[in-house]
Amino acid sequence: MTAVSDRRQLAYIASQAADARVNVELETEGMTLNIGPQHPATHGTLRIVARLDGEQVVSADPICGYMHRGYEKLTEVRSFPQVTTLVNRIDWLGSFANEVPFILAAEKLMGIEAPPRAQYIRTILFELSRIANVSLFLGDMGVQLGALTAVFYAFRDREYVLNQIEAATGGRFHPNFDRIGGLKDDLPKGWIAETRACMDKMRTFCDLMEDLLVGNEIFAERTRGIGVIPRDVALSYGLSGANLRASGVDFDLRRDQRLPMAWDKAEWKVWTHPDGDSFARYWVRLQEVRESTRIVDQLLDSLPSGPVMAKVPRIIKVPEGEAWVSTENPLGEMGYYVVSKGDTGPFRVKIRSASFNNIAVASWVLKGTFVPDVITILASLYFILGDIDR
Amino acid sequence: MTTLAVVIPYWGQSILRSLGVAAAVLLPAGTAVYVYLFKMVSFMQSRLGPMEAGPYGSMQLFAEVGKFLQKEDLIPRGADRRIFKLAPIVVVATVFLVYVPIPFGPFAVFGSYDTGIFLALAVSSISVLGILMAGWSSANKYSLMGGLRAAGQLLAYELPMVLAVVGVVIQAGTLNLQGIVAAQHSEKIFGWGGIGYPYVVTQFVGLAVFLIAAQAELTQTPFDMPIAESELVAGYMTEYSGFRFLLFFIGEFAAAGAFAALASTLFLGGWALPWVSLSNHWMNVVGPLVLFTKMMLVMFVIFWVRFTYPRLREDQLQRFAWKVLIPITLANIVVTAVVKVVF
Repeated sequence: MTAVSDRRQLAYIASQAADARVNVELETEGMTLNIGPQHPATHGTLRIVARLDGEQVVSADPICGYMHRGYEKLTEVRSFPQVTTLVNRIDWLGSFANEVPFILAAEKLMGIEAPPRAQYIRTILFELSRIANVSLFLGDMGVQLGALTAVFYAFRDREYVLNQIEAATGGRFHPNFDRIGGLKDDLPKGWIAETRACMDKMRTFCDLMEDLLVGNEIFAERTRGIGVIPRDVALSYGLSGANLRASGVDFDLRRDQRLPMAWDKAEWKVWTHPDGDSFARYWVRLQEVRESTRIVDQLLDSLPSGPVMAKVPRIIKVPEGEAWVSTENPLGEMGYYVVSKGDTGPFRVKIRSASFNNIAVASWVLKGTFVPDVITILASLYFILGDIDR
Repeated sequence: MTTLAVVIPYWGQSILRSLGVAAAVLLPAGTAVYVYLFKMVSFMQSRLGPMEAGPYGSMQLFAEVGKFLQKEDLIPRGADRRIFKLAPIVVVATVFLVYVPIPFGPFAVFGSYDTGIFLALAVSSISVLGILMAGWSSANKYSLMGGLRAAGQLLAYELPMVLAVVGVVIQAGTLNLQGIVAAQHSEKIFGWGGIGYPYVVTQFVGLAVFLIAAQAELTQTPFDMPIAESELVAGYMTEYSGFRFLLFFIGEFAAAGAFAALASTLFLGGWALPWVSLSNHWMNVVGPLVLFTKMMLVMFVIFWVRFTYPRLREDQLQRFAWKVLIPITLANIVVTAVVKVVF
């Protein structure tokens, strides 16, 4: 390992020396390119300051905070049930998944647990929001690579999932459906059969994306071996979710920790990929959507009956204490550290969102790449601006 | 056969030609934009496309032109104003020039040259200049990168395009486009003269390379990194708005029409109908329609590819041109020449 890197270092120094000799005559000036805050590839307002040598990136610094909405501070002036309205908007594509860890933390502090049916429905909705979120990535990756058509299929088929979420919760984007101790309502009539049909459509969608992009040679050319994040780098930067699994780390919080949720009631697989490149990240997410549809199908089959709300007092006062709960959200590990002083609202909430850490690796992985690859690597890291800035 | 009864004076001919070249450039471009860019693509992407302006949105094109004409003509403060204004005109003018040697009928041709195909290909690369001017004068880093990428790409793909045509030239024995059409009309496929001899039968490799190179020259999707809206926003067109952007837009689609016209003249038999004599005067009327139909077929392929594939990277594109396309076309030339001598 060290021998190889030493040799690489020597080769690098030698090439630098050779360049220096050439550069005496051909002095080229670097260029600073501001990618963002207003740029179509940054999905919002991320700014990347890239120093370029020709089209090669010498250094790239992601600068975030343009969309900071102060949710951590805002939670301090809200009561516990009101916080879900806020945290919904962190990762706006998979908003139901944002509510769950906070509610679980509050329940942990209060020492209550949702009834089994509520746990199942929570898990189903969690996975539906994962499908809605990641399927958009599957199409959007095509847009970043110039294949416009894929994203239209993604938007079309994602709509079926959003319809199901809307039918169950009343909100397409911001369900605000979780309550401390359970859920607001039970599922509507006929929802289970519709969701099954919808899962079939999503599996077809995955096949379509596999045909359209994964099987495409240009797609492979643009993503294979591009933006490689080795295992140790991924771990040291605190990557999580599909980005981590694409670097060969077998880590999934749905499987690796015990939570009052229903993931262990279904049979599914955590996919990893050894390569760590953009292609691996795409491939892992594609498999993840397929696994999610499997989870939803199985949980719908074994959905227990009973109430969806535990006995909780009318005015919720959370006893004094501190709790940390994190779940495997669509973008990676998302957790809430909730501190309560025995009041109706939290004293302090620290939000750990996945994208913030996932984007931190950008300056490492973008070094030495070309400008077109900057866009594809950022797209494959898959961040939501709201999830970075909160 | 009688000649046309009216004798058109020179000024009349000039006016007719000016109108004709405007129609030849704008009609295929407009048709392609509506039929392919608006409608076909919408159906491919499971949406309807424009539906409100006119029946099935057929007037959408005019609405778009009207919109662009109303927009403010913005010029960035740091821009080189004269060059900035000139660039789109250069691009559009180039396309007009490409149409000059292309025949639409026995006499329906703007200028018949013995080296017609050479002229068309040479003139088509002037548009690089316009794009480079646009990229350089915009005073925008994205535009500059787009312009430079475009220059590198267009120069690289000029060569396979020329070499792909050489096979046809060897087979026809002439550089004159009218002569190439006549050769395809009169020759027989291994003794069978049912449909003449469109050179796609033997020069399919040439046609494939020509279309790939045309795709690159048009900066359409597998090779659209000069525009690359997801990384360079719109490349060299980023700073353009209003009428000047419209000129670029017309230039892009008219160029697609021009390359389609070249491809159908070289490989698909041009304006000629297999069973009709070449000197039939009615072909001056029917010929343009025949050519137009073939152009639309070729453009369908161009747009089909455009909206299906992702885009390559700049270095991959260069590698593809120099390491794949040029060897293929050279081999094609050798094989064509050997076969021509042997048979």
